[in-house]
Amino acid sequence: MSTLFDEKIHDTLADPKLQLAIYKATGRLIEERRKAIEPDICPDYQELRTQANAVKRHTIEHLDYYLEEFARNIEAHGGKVIFCRDAEEVSDFVLSLAKERRAELIVKSKSMTTEEIDLNERLEHRHLESVETDLGEYIIQLAHERPYHIVAPALHKTREQVADLLTDKLGVPRETVIEKQTMIARAVLREKFLAADIGISGANFLVADSGAVVLVENEGNARLTTSAPKIHIAVAGIEKLIPRAQDLAVFLKLLGRSATGQWLTVYTSFLSGPRRKDEIDGPEEFYMVLLDNGRTKVLADREKRQSLYCIRCGACLNHCPVYRKIGGHSFPWVYSGPIGAILTPQFLGVRHEPGLPFASSLCGACAEVCPVKINIPQILLDLRSEVKKAEAREGTNRLERFAFRVWAWVMRHPRIYEIAGMAAASLAPSGDGGWVRSVPLSAGPLRAWLSQRDLPPVAPKSFRQMWRER
Amino acid sequence: MSRETVLHKVRTALGRNAGQPIEEPPPVRLRIPEIDTEARIASFRTRIEALAGKTYAARSAHDARDYAEGIIAGRTAVASNAPILRECGITALPGVQTGVTDREELRALCATAGVGITGADYALADTGTLVLLSSRQEARMISLLPPVYIAIVERKRLLTGLDELLTLLPSPAEQTSSMVLITGPSRTADIEQILVRGVHGPGEIHVVVV
Repeated sequence: MSTLFDEKIHDTLADPKLQLAIYKATGRLIEERRKAIEPDICPDYQELRTQANAVKRHTIEHLDYYLEEFARNIEAHGGKVIFCRDAEEVSDFVLSLAKERRAELIVKSKSMTTEEIDLNERLEHRHLESVETDLGEYIIQLAHERPYHIVAPALHKTREQVADLLTDKLGVPRETVIEKQTMIARAVLREKFLAADIGISGANFLVADSGAVVLVENEGNARLTTSAPKIHIAVAGIEKLIPRAQDLAVFLKLLGRSATGQWLTVYTSFLSGPRRKDEIDGPEEFYMVLLDNGRTKVLADREKRQSLYCIRCGACLNHCPVYRKIGGHSFPWVYSGPIGAILTPQFLGVRHEPGLPFASSLCGACAEVCPVKINIPQILLDLRSEVKKAEAREGTNRLERFAFRVWAWVMRHPRIYEIAGMAAASLAPSGDGGWVRSVPLSAGPLRAWLSQRDLPPVAPKSFRQMWRER
Repeated sequence: MSRETVLHKVRTALGRNAGQPIEEPPPVRLRIPEIDTEARIASFRTRIEALAGKTYAARSAHDARDYAEGIIAGRTAVASNAPILRECGITALPGVQTGVTDREELRALCATAGVGITGADYALADTGTLVLLSSRQEARMISLLPPVYIAIVERKRLLTGLDELLTLLPSPAEQTSSMVLITGPSRTADIEQILVRGVHGPGEIHVVVV
């Protein structure tokens, strides 16, 4: 585990307000989801998951075919398709289009893919204003932070912190009433929508047989982003495809329920190309940016490619006992929680944060709630093995190997095992019959491990002693 | 630009060749329950009201117009060019502008109007959802920019749910650049999970079933 990962975890654990905020927010999302999938409300929930998994598996296994079909259909509706290998190609494309069209202001709707490539920063670096319009995203943009949660980006911010941010950044009088804060943001962003030259959105689904982008949201900012400016650019990872519009009957029901417990979100937009000749409004130009940025690397692994089925509902975060303690910002990349723990090493390499696949109790809650049935615990195990192999190759695990060799030797010698057990019991601090919370070994190689774990009290007699006395 | 590079990487990762045919995808899963019109209307209204939308079952076209007039209450309103609005006489109400076909003009109008009024191509009973397809009759902005939104839905347009919609419209992109499903008023819970309505879209919606 890197020092930074360790520090961030400790900072979060030491902040009681933040702990409560994470616990309450995720608890509420768990409860809302549970209500929305109850058998009398959604009797075919498990069948929907099975179907979603089968459709995603089929699409990912034939991704080249569906990408080509999708691109053909976008072009047939008058849109343009741009394939990009990485972040730089995306920002180069946006910058050159903005320059050609003399665009100065961009409005953005929430997109994890654009977070992944730091698109805002890249554009702002080149003096192009790019404003997030989802309320949560707007708040974290003002704070220059990363999303704390896939579907609730500002989950960690209190109304007081939002009040300070709005006053600092917008110069408005301090306002702590949430309704009024929302209306301040609405007024500022409404001006931006009406003045913007380009709208950039992500995509929840890309529909191959229609050449359509599907966007799911509650605020209306994605509708405004994709309809008010004259140019709409959608940016999405290549894995977002589904074969047919009719597959949405399965995916839309699962996404809303898994994310926030909604049967359907407030707005679902099904967009295909620029406005047609006889339509009154909508964008004049439509561009579809399809991003690789490491996805083809993930695709090459037969077992782990299921990581690309993810529809970004965030249910695995809410249900993860680790996420619920360490929060979103402890994770080393934009994707947090269990899905982040499997995506990050695959996109950035296992050495980026070797501790990440180990930061899990493997309890399996993530796999149980995943609407597309990604076997996250199995992938974590595979990644752990990859981390260890990499360490063995680099020889960075000498101490660990030595420790396990000693362990193996002790385990093969019952007498020595018993003596070692007695020695450990006599060395262990007394917890007065309760859990031992401070362990003297908290320096040295075991520090990181022990610092986050309490130990059960030492039993007065060992099993062997009791066996002999029986 | 990088089209061939990316496609080539995808094919290599999957061990596929360019133009290689695919296996049959899993059959589409669509389930349409049998529910009569009255039950659909009841479910539709219950769902919208559960989301804090208002509904009204109009006995006649005139009744729908009177209800809309009460909501407009002297504010400026923009109505779409949907025939149902004309048939109900809503487009003739004082303060209601209609028949706008210019993009910029419509956007400016919607940005200042107090109320937006549209028809609905379909409605979904099980979720309380309005379905609007962009066309020369329906624009995107009317249901989005004004703070109050009224939709007039004909009873015969009420479908059981999403599965029936996608059975009737297996490929919406053939007809329109934009199909939007609207389920309740615009909302957010991004600050401390406190629900606030009307963040970017209308915070107040009225659905009249005629």
